[in-house]
Amino acid sequence: MDLIDTFFNGRVLWDALPLLLMGLGTTLSLGILSIVLGLIGGLVLALLRLYGPPALSGLWVLYIDLFRAIPILVLLVIVYYALPFVGIRLSPFASATTALSLVSAAYSAEILRAGIQAIPRGQFEASHALGLSYWSMMGDIVLPQAVRIVIPPMTSNCINVMKDTALASVVAMPDLLKQATQAQALAANPTPLIGAAALYVLLLLPMVRAVGTLEKHFAKERR
Amino acid sequence: MQINDIQAGNMQAGEAGRAPSARPAARPIISIRDLRKMYGSFCALSGINLDVAEGEVVVLLGPSGSGKSTLIRCINLLETYDSGTVTVDDVAVRPGPNLAAVRSEVGMVFQSFNLFPHMTVLRNVALAPIRVRKLAPKAAEERAMELLTRVGIAEQAGKFPGQLSGGQQQRVAIARALAMEPKILLFDEPTSALDPEMVGEVLDVMQALARTGVTMVVVTHEMGFARRVADRVIFMERGQIVEEAKPEAFFSAPKEERARAFLQAVLNH
Repeated sequence: MDLIDTFFNGRVLWDALPLLLMGLGTTLSLGILSIVLGLIGGLVLALLRLYGPPALSGLWVLYIDLFRAIPILVLLVIVYYALPFVGIRLSPFASATTALSLVSAAYSAEILRAGIQAIPRGQFEASHALGLSYWSMMGDIVLPQAVRIVIPPMTSNCINVMKDTALASVVAMPDLLKQATQAQALAANPTPLIGAAALYVLLLLPMVRAVGTLEKHFAKERR
Repeated sequence: MQINDIQAGNMQAGEAGRAPSARPAARPIISIRDLRKMYGSFCALSGINLDVAEGEVVVLLGPSGSGKSTLIRCINLLETYDSGTVTVDDVAVRPGPNLAAVRSEVGMVFQSFNLFPHMTVLRNVALAPIRVRKLAPKAAEERAMELLTRVGIAEQAGKFPGQLSGGQQQRVAIARALAMEPKILLFDEPTSALDPEMVGEVLDVMQALARTGVTMVVVTHEMGFARRVADRVIFMERGQIVEEAKPEAFFSAPKEERARAFLQAVLNH
């Protein structure tokens, strides 16, 4: 048995490549869509939690805690296999997007809240004293500074979302991992799996590297 | 009418709270009535009454913890209070949709500058006129440059606040407040966070401002400034106004024993 032929079979990889690239496309669109929706949801949740009606703040805390506690795979299975019983039938792509963004929103909300709370009170007071509207205070003064603070943890969160897209193969979504397992079955050779792993690493390694670089950059900027 | 509204806890939207009455000659532009505030069991303000006339420069003096900063911060509602009223230019200052408009007429300079660190000096000064007064960005920046020239730091316009000295930052903060063309300027210990050699440049700007006729309320420990620039000195202790006088009278012969003791302490160190 030849190790190279088994795991790094050039012909098998070449044949599987179109499938793998299609899978990569699906993974990318699922990941990016979930990241964007998660960021929007997280921003709304963070603002509601900090500045919304106090009577409802328990609700947002409950959401944030609940969706950080539930395993994404469990949530995904519930969305895909359980919701049809109440008449909500989502495609694999929609199910995966829903599960991933619900969870990502909860994490993003916590990260953003920490960032907003790190802004000194004087910044809010100066904004108030100038007569800036709430939206101008948040948009011009608070969030630009908060975002700078939270870019490293936020990037980490985005990496996690991108990685968790692989869970979608469980609900038969033709993402990178699913395509790779299919190609592996077809060729009776695990090389496509190695190819998929290589693509994941190629995709995520620069993002992982970027977190470290950004952290150093912002540490320097703050002196 | 405003007094009744506040006492009833009325914070309804849409009421301007503007009194229709005719304006007397030396009308007060700030009017504070029976202002009270507790921090737990500590009485920060116990029934303050104060009128400030248009164009007047009032300096608040007193030991730390006497309520000066709390009082000045109540004027634009950065600090909430338990009871009483604050009226600025005949408009009640209270929570609600009109608050931002009232605040935009009251400039404030803080002890710790509170400049926006992620914006250039020019942007710091131009932002509020663009957002609140809806000035065109170009016009706002031209005005900002004029103001920066006036406070003597036009050449720093492109820098970020963190690159400036404390005295320069505080002058930017004054320009930022002036950019809104406020009717009133509040100064909350503007030189207390500065290195001694930078106090003078900020006080000079403030003194020049006072001569332009803008209404100023200043909390400071700079006795020389109070003596030179104030129209009226107010001495506070334990949340109360203990003595009010012209600066000449106050500094040469304070009437109250507590004011005498305070002056003795600050002038003979």
